[in-house]
Amino acid sequence: MIEVENLHKKFGKNAVLTGLSLKVEGGGIYAVLGPNGSGKTTLIKSILGMVVPDQGLIRVNGQPTHRKWKYREELSYLPQIANFPGNLSVSELLDMIVDLRRQPARQQELIAEFGLEPFLNKKLSNLSGGTRQKVNLALTFMFDSPVYILDEPTNGLDPASLIRLKERIRLEQSRGKLFLVTTHIMQFVEELADEVIYLLEGKIYFKGTLEALRQRTGQNDVEHAIAAISTQEPNA
Amino acid sequence: MLKILKYSFYDLMRSRWSYVYFLFYLALGFVLLFLNNDLSKAVITLMNIIVVLVPLIGTIFGIMYYYNSREFTELLLALPVRRSSIFLGQYFGVAGSLSLSLLLGLGIPFAAYGLFRSGAVWDFGLLLVTGAFLTLIFTALSFNIALANENRIKGFGYAVLLWLLLAVIYDGLFLLSLILLEEYPLDNFSLAATLLNPVDLSRTLILLKLDISALMGYTGAVFKEFFGTHMGLLVSLGALVLWTCLPIWRLAVRCRKQDF
Repeated sequence: MIEVENLHKKFGKNAVLTGLSLKVEGGGIYAVLGPNGSGKTTLIKSILGMVVPDQGLIRVNGQPTHRKWKYREELSYLPQIANFPGNLSVSELLDMIVDLRRQPARQQELIAEFGLEPFLNKKLSNLSGGTRQKVNLALTFMFDSPVYILDEPTNGLDPASLIRLKERIRLEQSRGKLFLVTTHIMQFVEELADEVIYLLEGKIYFKGTLEALRQRTGQNDVEHAIAAISTQEPNA
Repeated sequence: MLKILKYSFYDLMRSRWSYVYFLFYLALGFVLLFLNNDLSKAVITLMNIIVVLVPLIGTIFGIMYYYNSREFTELLLALPVRRSSIFLGQYFGVAGSLSLSLLLGLGIPFAAYGLFRSGAVWDFGLLLVTGAFLTLIFTALSFNIALANENRIKGFGYAVLLWLLLAVIYDGLFLLSLILLEEYPLDNFSLAATLLNPVDLSRTLILLKLDISALMGYTGAVFKEFFGTHMGLLVSLGALVLWTCLPIWRLAVRCRKQDF
């Protein structure tokens, strides 16, 4: 369970989050949407403790997260830009993260799933963007966490890998895991998301199911519904 | 923290730069011994180089490592690891591998030359210890600067400026103030000014250990009286330790407030 209360964050003069409150419970896939610069990544990074909020409270499983680190054992995070230390090989990186997390990992399963065997001994700096993203995905799903936080998971993936990613997400969903996913790919949202969280100007503008979103905007197509939502008055 | 230290250390041990640094000191040691043909003289020349160069390398290496490993740091920040462990682990990885390069690079040629059979072994030992201290101090200072500046060019500029200030400009200002204030008794002032700069402190410590403080005239006598005693040695070592601990402590505190 993740609870966010009245979260404020400024970067310099730029107020990114302005009193955001959010509560997500149980399992399910929550798509975090919003225009560029609406604070999606900042929200995610605040939950992870990478960004220190100016004001507000975040609880993961009832425990406040401020200046804590142990709670991150419950979280798996997929960063938006998959940059890794260049002079490590893929298998060294995977081993290192397993060693640092000190949690059981299904390493081989994920290596096979994303077809990473041929790259295991290659240096990370020599990999293509798509392959790096697959390494990134393997790193994230290697651990059996109750909460997965994915920032633009579809970046640079080929169709075959995209299908595998969706299958993996569905599998974890069926195991009752909680997902927070940011994406700009509406097809992805339509196929997978249970609920949509729409951010605008640092606040939650809409939170609800896709059906509710369609009804409210009068648009059948999700892409159009999302585009239409920000032009309406908020009531969520 | 130890795990992060281990990985940072391995990472550096594989990078070309640690070896360049090591080979540089190795070559320097051999060349100095070859040219001077005398251990004690080589130690003096070496001191002049170490006191200026070690801070420079520590600063530049520290700042480069921090900026280059930013992605790695971000990866670590999302893991269940304490923040201060991440930064302190990386810091000790860099400072440790630099100190090791210095120790081995200089130790090997001097040991091969017969250091342990000569009387200069303690002087040389002190030289290496101060070298290690300077590495720790300046790497910590550069990590602090890097943490405060997201812009690499700015961070790099500030770091080089800091080195220039402590290793070069400080001495100039110090001398200038001695000349301007020559009518006043300056013993305590110059002692304090020396203690406040780790570069000067190291230099003075080594010079006094080498027993050539007579070259420094009256001030030298005052220094000898102060540094030569047990008390003086303790105070100066304490100042070096303080210079090491303060930036490390600040690093540990400051990193908790940083956004990534």
